[in-house]
Amino acid sequence: MRIRIAHETVYRYDTPATRAIQILRLTPRNHDGQYVVRWRVEVSEDCRVEPREDSFGNLTHTFTVDGPISELSVRVAGEIETQDTHGIVRGTREKFPASFYLRQTDLTTPDKAIADWANEISDGGRRGALDTLHAMQSHIYSNFKFDVEATAPSTTAQQAFANQHGVCQDYAHIFCSAARYLKIPARYVGGYFLRGDGVVHTESGHAWTEAFLPDLGWIAFDPANGICATEAHVRVATGLDYLGAAPVRGTRYGGLGEAMDVKVSVDQASRQSQQ
Amino acid sequence: MSSRTPSFFDEMRAPDGSVRPAYQQLAHWLDTVPKDVLDYRRKEAEFIFRRIGITFAVYGDAASTERLIPFDIIPRILNRGEWQKLSRGLEQRVKALNAYLHDAYNKREILRAGIVPEELIFGNPVFRPEMNGQQVPHNIYVMIAGIDVVRVDPDNFYVLEDNARVPSGVSYMLENREIMLRLFPELFIDHPVAPVENYADDLLATLKSVAPLTSSGDPTVVLMTPGIYNSAYYEHSFLADKLGCELVEGRDMFVKGDMLYMRTTEGPKRVDVIYRRVDDDFIDPLVFRPDSMLGVPGLMSVYQAGNVTLANAVGTGIADDKAVYSYMPDIIKFYLGEEPILKNVETYRCREPDQLKYVLENIDKLVVKEVHGSGGYGMLIGPAADKKTIEAFAAKVKAAPDGFIAQPTLALSTCPTFVEEGIAPRHVDLRPFVLTGRDKVRIVPGGLTRVALSKGSLVVNSSQGGGTKDTWVLDR
Repeated sequence: MRIRIAHETVYRYDTPATRAIQILRLTPRNHDGQYVVRWRVEVSEDCRVEPREDSFGNLTHTFTVDGPISELSVRVAGEIETQDTHGIVRGTREKFPASFYLRQTDLTTPDKAIADWANEISDGGRRGALDTLHAMQSHIYSNFKFDVEATAPSTTAQQAFANQHGVCQDYAHIFCSAARYLKIPARYVGGYFLRGDGVVHTESGHAWTEAFLPDLGWIAFDPANGICATEAHVRVATGLDYLGAAPVRGTRYGGLGEAMDVKVSVDQASRQSQQ
Repeated sequence: MSSRTPSFFDEMRAPDGSVRPAYQQLAHWLDTVPKDVLDYRRKEAEFIFRRIGITFAVYGDAASTERLIPFDIIPRILNRGEWQKLSRGLEQRVKALNAYLHDAYNKREILRAGIVPEELIFGNPVFRPEMNGQQVPHNIYVMIAGIDVVRVDPDNFYVLEDNARVPSGVSYMLENREIMLRLFPELFIDHPVAPVENYADDLLATLKSVAPLTSSGDPTVVLMTPGIYNSAYYEHSFLADKLGCELVEGRDMFVKGDMLYMRTTEGPKRVDVIYRRVDDDFIDPLVFRPDSMLGVPGLMSVYQAGNVTLANAVGTGIADDKAVYSYMPDIIKFYLGEEPILKNVETYRCREPDQLKYVLENIDKLVVKEVHGSGGYGMLIGPAADKKTIEAFAAKVKAAPDGFIAQPTLALSTCPTFVEEGIAPRHVDLRPFVLTGRDKVRIVPGGLTRVALSKGSLVVNSSQGGGTKDTWVLDR
């Protein structure tokens, strides 16, 4: 399937900012079942954009802009050719052995509630790992309330689990937290998802997870959709949690009254573009 | 401690009461100088310390935010032979620390060789994934190390702890010497004491030597502090002054196009080397803690581009925690092919079930420490603790054994110390500072001697009521 993506973030300031710096993790790479046909990164201001690879193997772009900045836009767009691999992830750049992904972070550290849940689903370790991961995925999908207002990027797995709500990012944190607790390496994935309901325009990308099993390798689980990753998923960045794979980490100096506007469109390339 | 016996090694007096050669003149002086003169000098020393404002803050002590570290006016003396052996051992140890760090963040040959377990690196909370595969200028990670050593007999030095992150205390070493020179100039006539005053010059030379290859001409060095609320702020400003470099906070610097600049009255100036006294977690909110206000956004990008040197490097914590400590003799052999010159205290790793069993069975005889604790916090001294404390601590160890190690109580050496009851032996340790540059390793003779002021106490940490002494290495 060929997927066309455009992702634009516009920042506006009532009082112009004097300086801005951003690190973008917004560029997908090739691996089995994913081929980047074309991809562009555009920053509205005149600046040098430094491409680099981070320690997880993600492509990053770093730029600094001198003010006064009253408006700044960052746009990435391109086309990706995908194939269904039944959730199996191969041909990725691996910088660490899988066991590294047993590390918990501030966002994923489990509490007793998550540990109890993980033990229950795995039947105290008697259930097979693959089965357990599928059950965790379905449980989150079926029982958690999707609520974009309820959580923020700094929400931890513990908080989201306690309230049984959140967004794809929170689901991914809970999944990673429980999997790692059960000694299954797991990581956070940021990317895009072509929705099945025909909705093309949204206000954010997507997030899911990958878990490692010795005989299968990395397998992508998407608790927000209750499925393993398909040809509708475009994988962009991975990390131990959201912070490691965040699409944008940046800051600005000065500049009051920031308004941020995010537009993401994910569509089949064969369909008539609406932009 | 109840088990106190005459078996402690006293650095001044042999068991038969005779005075060891290095202390001959000092012992004579102590015998002849009237006690009220000593008393008067001690008060004078305290007065000077108060006036120059050298204080430290005690964490977890709300009542007093700043406190004076007690200074003992009787110097501790090492002869040249002792120092030469010690400094060779220190240099070897720091070389191994640097080799280990480079390997742990790159090829990880030591894992393949099966010398240390994988969890020691990947499972370590202070392992920084961001440093994986990252080249640091000249492959030097630890430019400034503080290695805590103790003596138990005339021949052996034991390393108690490696400090490879942001070791502090060097300002006390320098201040103590300055005060001794002022109060007791006559003693320096009789004793050929090796100078420590050149520490700042050595530090600056070290920092300049590790500047990135892209820096031009004379590299610009700055000292980065978390600010005035940090417990070591006094030391930061003191050292910046001695180094003749700018004392900066994160907000005084900014990143532009993969270069780091500081704001000056004459416009932005490129920074080449940061002697940073800010922890990893806080140095760049775009890479580490996003809520940190102490760092410079984008600093890690400049670092990755090879355009700034951080001293020490990011991620050095994996080399100095108490879990890796027990592997240090093997680490030295693996990288250097040498036998360790300095000894390691026998260490039980609670992460290993049979060792945990031994620790729990003998906890009343052992010192149990948190792997990531420091400053004497989160530690149990079995022989000195009551039953209730021991039981509570044992429960903590059982709940999370990975977080603890245990060691036998060491018979730390004693030095004569001026206390309420007069001159009496008190237990001491020593923190020498080891500087590693591209050109060479520099160690000023001596270091910071810390002394446990209460009788029988083995805890020398300033946060636990320890004091300091001037440390003399005799040039003969």
